[in-house]
Formats: sequence, structure tokens, C-alpha cells
Amino acid sequence: MNTEKLFDLYVSMLRIRMVEEAVAEAYGDQQMRCPVHLSIGQEAVAVGVCSELKNSDGVFSAHRSHAHYLAKGGSLKRMLAEFYGRVTGCCRGRGGSMHLIDLEAGFLGSVPIVGSSIAIATGKALSVKLQKLNEVIVVFLGEGATEEGVFYESLNFAALQNLPIVFVCENNLYSVYTGMEARQPQGRSRVGIAEQMGLEVGEADGNNISQVCKLASQAVNSARQGGGPYFIEFDTYRWREHCGPNYDNNLGYRSPEEFEIWKKRCPLAACERMLSEWPQFDENRAHARSTIDSEIAEAFEFARESAFPTVEDSGGVLHG
Amino acid sequence: MANVEETVSFAEAIRQALAESLEGDNRTIVFGLGVPDPKGVFGTTLGLQERFGVQRVFDMPCSENAMMGVALGLALGGFRPVMVHQRLDFFLLAMDQLVTQAAKWRFMFGDEIEVPLVVRLVVGRGWGQGPQHSQCLHSWLMHVPGLKVAMPASARDAKGMLLAAISDPNPVVFIEHRWLHHSQGALSALDDVEGARVAREGSDITVLAISSAVVEALTVAEALAQSEKADVEVIDARWARPLDVDTINRSVAKTGRLLVLDCSWPSAGFASEAIAIVNETCWDKLKMAPRRLCYLDTPSPTSCSLAADFYYQAHDVELAVREILGMSHECLIPKETDPMKLDIPHAGFKGPF
Repeated sequence: MNTEKLFDLYVSMLRIRMVEEAVAEAYGDQQMRCPVHLSIGQEAVAVGVCSELKNSDGVFSAHRSHAHYLAKGGSLKRMLAEFYGRVTGCCRGRGGSMHLIDLEAGFLGSVPIVGSSIAIATGKALSVKLQKLNEVIVVFLGEGATEEGVFYESLNFAALQNLPIVFVCENNLYSVYTGMEARQPQGRSRVGIAEQMGLEVGEADGNNISQVCKLASQAVNSARQGGGPYFIEFDTYRWREHCGPNYDNNLGYRSPEEFEIWKKRCPLAACERMLSEWPQFDENRAHARSTIDSEIAEAFEFARESAFPTVEDSGGVLHG
Repeated sequence: MANVEETVSFAEAIRQALAESLEGDNRTIVFGLGVPDPKGVFGTTLGLQERFGVQRVFDMPCSENAMMGVALGLALGGFRPVMVHQRLDFFLLAMDQLVTQAAKWRFMFGDEIEVPLVVRLVVGRGWGQGPQHSQCLHSWLMHVPGLKVAMPASARDAKGMLLAAISDPNPVVFIEHRWLHHSQGALSALDDVEGARVAREGSDITVLAISSAVVEALTVAEALAQSEKADVEVIDARWARPLDVDTINRSVAKTGRLLVLDCSWPSAGFASEAIAIVNETCWDKLKMAPRRLCYLDTPSPTSCSLAADFYYQAHDVELAVREILGMSHECLIPKETDPMKLDIPHAGFKGPF
């Protein structure tokens, strides 16, 4: 990968990190009155996978979807306005942080019921196949979603119909506070299961942006060329609490040592090391930071100054 | 010479609606377990795959929940999927995708999305369908904003309402009672599909019924009319959601008396909702308290001797009407006591499902 492309990916990750940190900081004002599931620590999977997609490709996600939405090109202003419950939000204030959508960017929806979007994405992939479009559908899911029946039902149907879909599993080890030892037998290989179900598979370090891009490129290209569904898994780690702006290591459900190990594997820091020999890196990073700072400030201002929706804005429940 | 109108069965009316929709709109897709099999879901999907191809009419894995999500994904992708379940009970595995997803997507995502999909659910009864093959749970679905719930009682409405459901931009649950599939009717006035229908005009009492219960209501109304005992108005609700409050109230305002026939349990159901609405909005027109007839408040049993007590019959409806009208309790319609005559939809039915 050339340096410019790597730097672009770095900036995309940095932008997500800075947005999420700004959300965490402003959350205490109690004006964002919805749950937030921050993506800090997991930026590389979102950015790496979405960098291999075209605008016309579609992405679905789950509860922790800010990074996926932003990486696919979703409007930052409309996302923050949604967090603030404003009429200018991407769901006109009816969704909040767990329901993001930006159809123009190809971000087709995120929903927080674990595993639900997997089936919907599979159906969308069937529509792509029936319409003979040259598109790929990606659905992000956590490793917890692989414990849901709908995961197996969807993979089965995707394999049966040879659908152009990539299932991207972000394994961050925890479902809320529940570790893997309580949820899956030791040595479980989700990739192995998917392979047995007839999908192409792969796994890689989810905190290494170039590894993410390499595997995502392989999967997306294969699906686009009629190779059928692909299941890829990335190891990664959520730094903050499951839901909310804080750290939660005081709760004791994960050890400080484990946290420190993963923090050392920060996807941004790893990318910085790859770019460290590039002479223009420091200057370009400073410039990028300042640009992103302004964009974030502007987006928060847009959100805070937007009107709240009224009953009239919420229309009827039914269409037409 | 009399102009004899051609009649078709309720099942054939559904098949015609599917065929016409597949023919006239290339966005229509029909799928479900058994859709292209030799029985064709009680004849309702026979020949469709041969005519429209495996891409538009297809069978599916035993994956009710994911396939409901697939229907939603197809709708998001510009199609108009019709999903079919041979029994409502199996569909319950898909409640997440229907209730929490499909019913919410348009509202939740700020009106940007249309979700045109239809879920056909067949409700069983008799021949030992038992606790897990005969639940009629329209009340669950009536509860959910974002859904429409269609429950036709005649061949004409089966066709007209299914065509309307497929062209609706919202998710529509289309509930077919197994005991209606064989019933015959003429296919006239197919455009008249909105709201409730006055199935028979009358002045003494309003009998509000839905789905298969409409058959019993009309049987009783005709019997009482022929003997000039009472003039019963029968309202076929047709849609459990949205419920046509105006038509119901107009009738109750005229008759002052209301009997509601449901085809399910009494608790928190179609009948209780209808009575609550009438009490709230039409109280001053009521001459006496409304009543309802529902199935026994237990799981539906399998043995025909037990099922005979679980379901009410036309005799019970007549008795309720007579009680409300202060008439003698000597009914024109006798109580059927042979359980083997009660657990089949028509005399020609030989089982098994």
C-alpha cells in the first residue's frame, strides 16, 4: 500500500477517534439523550472494510455503528443531530445513536437487536443478485451475534443462493460485560463454522489497518465477481464502557492487564508507526487534526442549533 | 335467463391475486416453505413457479426468522415480497424481524424508507390441529404501530385485499383462516377493500365479526331473517388493524346493541378492543352492555371431543343474539353434538390438514 493511501486511512481512523472522543466529552452535558456505543479502539475494521467499497455498495450494522457509518461516508452533521434528537438528524430524531442511516452514502441502516441486521442485509444482497447489480453488501456484526440463530439461518441462505455479501465479524471479546468463556466453548472457530457452511472465509488482526484492507479487498472482490458470500473475522477491542462515554475497568469484568495489552495495540498508533518514516507525516497529521477539529465543531454547532422535531414532523406511522 | 355469476374458492382467489401481481408487477416475489411443492399451500400457489420462474417464486430453508429479514431486505432493495407460512404458529419465530424490524423501519429511519411486504399466515382449526397448529394471534399484531392486519372472510375480499396488501407501501400481515379456503364466492367489486364491510344490513343488533367468524354471523343472521325473528346487521371487520371505527360506530348507533365474534381467545383481543372503542366513543347509543363470543381461554385441544367445546358454533351465536334481544332461547339452529362433524371445515374434508 502506498504512503498516501495509508495516510488517508489513518486520517479516516483519526476522524472517527476524534468524533467519538468529542461525543464522550460532550455527553456529560446531558443533551445527547440517547445511549451511545462508542467505537474507540475498533476504528481499523470500519475504515479498512469500507475503504474497499464503492459508494453504491451497501452497509448494514448493529448497535456499535458510529465508526461504520462515518467510514462509509455518512453525514457527520446528521449523525450528531440525531444524537441530539433534532429534526435534522439522519432519522429526524426518531432513531438516536443506535439507528443510523445515510442512503446517499450507502449506509443502509443499523439496528441494536443482536443479529437482526444480518438477515436484512442478506435479503438486500438477494435483491442485488436478482437485479444483476454490480454491488456488494456488507454487514458488520459482533462475535456475540454469532450466538444468535439468525446468524446461521442467514449464512445458510447466503451460501445457498450464492449471494454477493460479506459478513464482517468484529470480535471484541465481550457482549456487554459477559466474556467469551460464558458464551462460547473454548477453541470455537467461527470462521471454521462459516467455512463448513459453504462460505469463503478469512481472519486477520483487526487493529492492523493494512491487514484489514488486504482481507477485506479479497472478500469484497470475490463477492463482487460472483464468488458468493464471504465471512471474515477481525480481533479487536473496545476501550470504553459497553454503553456510555466512560472507561469501565473499575467494574472488574476485565483485567487491567488485558486492557493495557490491547491499548498498546491501538490501531491508530500501529498506523502511526507505519507512517513514522514518512517525512511529511507530522505536518500532514497536524493539518488533518486541525481540519477535523473544525469539522467536528461545526457539526456540533449544527446539531445544537437545529430544532427539535414536533409531533407534526413525526408524520403518521404508516406510509401513504 | 338469470345471469349466473361464476364463483371461485377462497384459495383460488388468493392464487389469482398472486398470479396477477406477479404478472403485472415485476417487483413481486413469492416465497415460503412449500410454495412450489405439489400441494402449493392449499392450492394457493399452484403453478406459480412454473409460470414465473424460480427467481420470483421459490421455496426456502426452515429459517422463519432470517427469511422474514430477507423479505425486509428485498423490500428495501425495491421488491414487493410475499412470504407464506402454512401455519401462523411457525411464523412466531420471525416476530423480531416483523415487529421490531419491518414495522419500525419506515418510522425509525425518518420516513426515508418504504417497506412493502406481505406475510401470509394460515390459521388452522379442527382435525386435531391442536395447541401448536391453530393459534390465531391477530391481537398480537393489532398491537403494533406500523403494521396492517388483513383478515378476509370471503373469496372476493381474499383477492381484493391481497392485491391491495401487495401494493401497499407498508408491511401487511394477511391472515387466512384454513376453514375459509374451500368457501366459494364471486369475484366482484374487487376495489372495495378499505375498512369494514356491512355484510348484511339489519336494524336490531350489530354482530361484528372477523375472518371465519363472519360465516357464523351470516348463518345466524340469515336464519333469524328467514323466520322473521330478528333483523341482524353483520359487520365484517376485514382489517384488524386499522380497525374501521366509523363503520362499527355507525352500525351500533343504529342498532344500540353489539355482539362481537372473534376467532381467538378473549383476553386482550380483537373483541375486547372493539368493545373498548365502542364503549368509549358510542356509549350513549348503547341500549345495553356489549357482549363477545370467543374461544375457550385455554390452549386449543387436539381431540375432537375437546375441540367441540373449545370453539363456539352457530347455535351459540344465535343463543347470544336471542339473549341480547330478549327473545326466547329456543334456537332455530340446533346445537351440533357430534364432535366429528365439528372438526372439519366442510363435509367433504378428509384430512389430514
